[in-house]
Amino acid sequence: MLQRIAGKTETYLAGVVVALSVVLFLLNPKFLTAENLFDVLRNNSFLGIVALGELVVLISGGIDVSFTAIATVAQYVMGVIITRYMVESVFLAFLIPIPIGIALGAFNAFLVNRTRVHPVIITISNLNVFYGLLMVISKGKWIYGFPAPFRDFARLKVLTLVSEKGVDYGLSIFTVVWFLIAFATWVILKYLPIGRKVYALGGNSEAARRAGFNIFRIQLFVYCYIGLLAGLAGFVHAELNQMIQPNAIVGRELDVLAAAILGGASVFGGAGSPLGVVLGVLFIAFIKNGLILVRASAYWHQVIMGLIIVLAATLSAYQQNLEQKRRGRT
Amino acid sequence: MTDKLGRREMQSAVLVAVVTFLIVLLGILTRGRLLGLESLQSIAFQLPLLGILTLAQITPMLTGGIDLSVIATANLCGVVAAIGMTRSGFSVPLAMLFGLSFVLLFAVLKGVLIAWVNVPAIIATLGLMIFIRGVSLVLTRGYVIAGFPDSFLFLGNGTILGIPMPFVIFFICAFSLYLLLTRTRFGTYVYLLGSNPTATLFAGVDNALVLFKTYFLSSFLSGVAGLVMISRFNAAQADYGESYLLLTVLACVLGGVDPAGGFGRLPGVVVSIVVLQVVATGFNLLGLSSHLASALWGLILLGVIAVNRMIGGVEV
Repeated sequence: MLQRIAGKTETYLAGVVVALSVVLFLLNPKFLTAENLFDVLRNNSFLGIVALGELVVLISGGIDVSFTAIATVAQYVMGVIITRYMVESVFLAFLIPIPIGIALGAFNAFLVNRTRVHPVIITISNLNVFYGLLMVISKGKWIYGFPAPFRDFARLKVLTLVSEKGVDYGLSIFTVVWFLIAFATWVILKYLPIGRKVYALGGNSEAARRAGFNIFRIQLFVYCYIGLLAGLAGFVHAELNQMIQPNAIVGRELDVLAAAILGGASVFGGAGSPLGVVLGVLFIAFIKNGLILVRASAYWHQVIMGLIIVLAATLSAYQQNLEQKRRGRT
Repeated sequence: MTDKLGRREMQSAVLVAVVTFLIVLLGILTRGRLLGLESLQSIAFQLPLLGILTLAQITPMLTGGIDLSVIATANLCGVVAAIGMTRSGFSVPLAMLFGLSFVLLFAVLKGVLIAWVNVPAIIATLGLMIFIRGVSLVLTRGYVIAGFPDSFLFLGNGTILGIPMPFVIFFICAFSLYLLLTRTRFGTYVYLLGSNPTATLFAGVDNALVLFKTYFLSSFLSGVAGLVMISRFNAAQADYGESYLLLTVLACVLGGVDPAGGFGRLPGVVVSIVVLQVVATGFNLLGLSSHLASALWGLILLGVIAVNRMIGGVEV
């Protein structure tokens, strides 16, 4: 039953994304060029990766708004280390933010489990704590001037094409990472026992408790998972921008939540899928890109984004109301 | 039930103990400057801004919802009033009324979505937050609108009998909200709805209407905060005070409002606003970073939660 509704959301969203693409193509044919699409995918890989983490937390019935701070702390520590010690190996650098993300996620999970206070409160507190301490210690300094391999890595492409003007473009490594993570998340949620437990906890926490699930272990998994992805996304963000500004990511919590919720994740837990979230991110990304391509004034972007979220939420609420009425009758 | 109430008394006691400790500690560290007339006045000037915004957050949270659009609404009200005053040549009261009625139009939309369309409050207010901020951006083109008449600046910077005007406004808002929540039928319904919506509905309460009024009230208070804000800064912009958003939620919870709804009292929230502002002012006097203050806010909240957990032992 649940899956059927989730399936509906994705089909519906995919249809909307396709329709949107057609409209944008008609308005500006540049939209459907491989060059533009690759750019959009690359530029949204940060958003795409963390949104998958948020999805897993939302499915479990929790929520995490501290991931922006986690991503910032993780990338900042990495930045300090690689610039101070001139670490030349991208792989070594890549290994720094991940454990930091996992550790901070574990801290969230511990507090959520022990205090039994709503996770939104715990993670708001931790957002303040992580970010506040980072700013105090770093004094808000920007980090740039990464070792050369980092610049080369950011340009790495899995598929390279040459445009008419002779400029290289292609599928960025970060887009591939994003899609691989989406796939991995799908496998975890669908085929691994822990994934089924995440859905079970979000669907009915009391039933999960009575079925003898170790609730703490599930919570530890979901908050560490978003921590891990936040750390990874922090790395990607630093690579894409080739610098680290402590204030670049914090404040974007709601963008990510919006993408996950648009993609069918429920704030009440138990529902949502990686495919839906990828579509949600694409939807938001296409609209932003489309608005630029049709040269809509930048001031209108948020008005349109906001309207779309409200509209999507209204439609899904309307659908649910109908569903409830139908169930009430039978 | 009485056990639960007793526990909540204990929680208020913990909060008051934390405040006292912080005031004494920061008082000693600043060599008494924190409690000097000058810094008390500066607290009284600064506290109302976060204070009124937090008041806007209390009622939605009591119903088990949340209003993410409070800051966006405050800014929109400020921007519209500012345009009225500077470009359209409205008189000050008319401009204020113009700003307030403009945001109340959006309040109707917000209320309808949450109350009758059944959109979860967190999503409806998230979407409207982005939308409303967008409207402010369109109106201002991202610029700051500055330079208001003196009679308007009095609202944010004047004093009455030595008491800062913003504080007077905060006091009036807080007291009215307190009466509304404790002495009226609407207040009772808010608490009932927050603790058990189904039972409340079966008791013959029009839940949707209560929710509508809740979010309408929230927008109104946000609008008032917006007017105080632009008067205090002598400028209006689309994105002032965005860091206050999560802080309003934090202040409510620190003050004992249960995010699941149904429990929490306004005096507790006022105490927690005082805590947040005293920490900020104290740190400022000590020359410490405001980021350290925000880290400490988080730690205080976690500390209070942990202590309550130890006292309660039961689910919070």
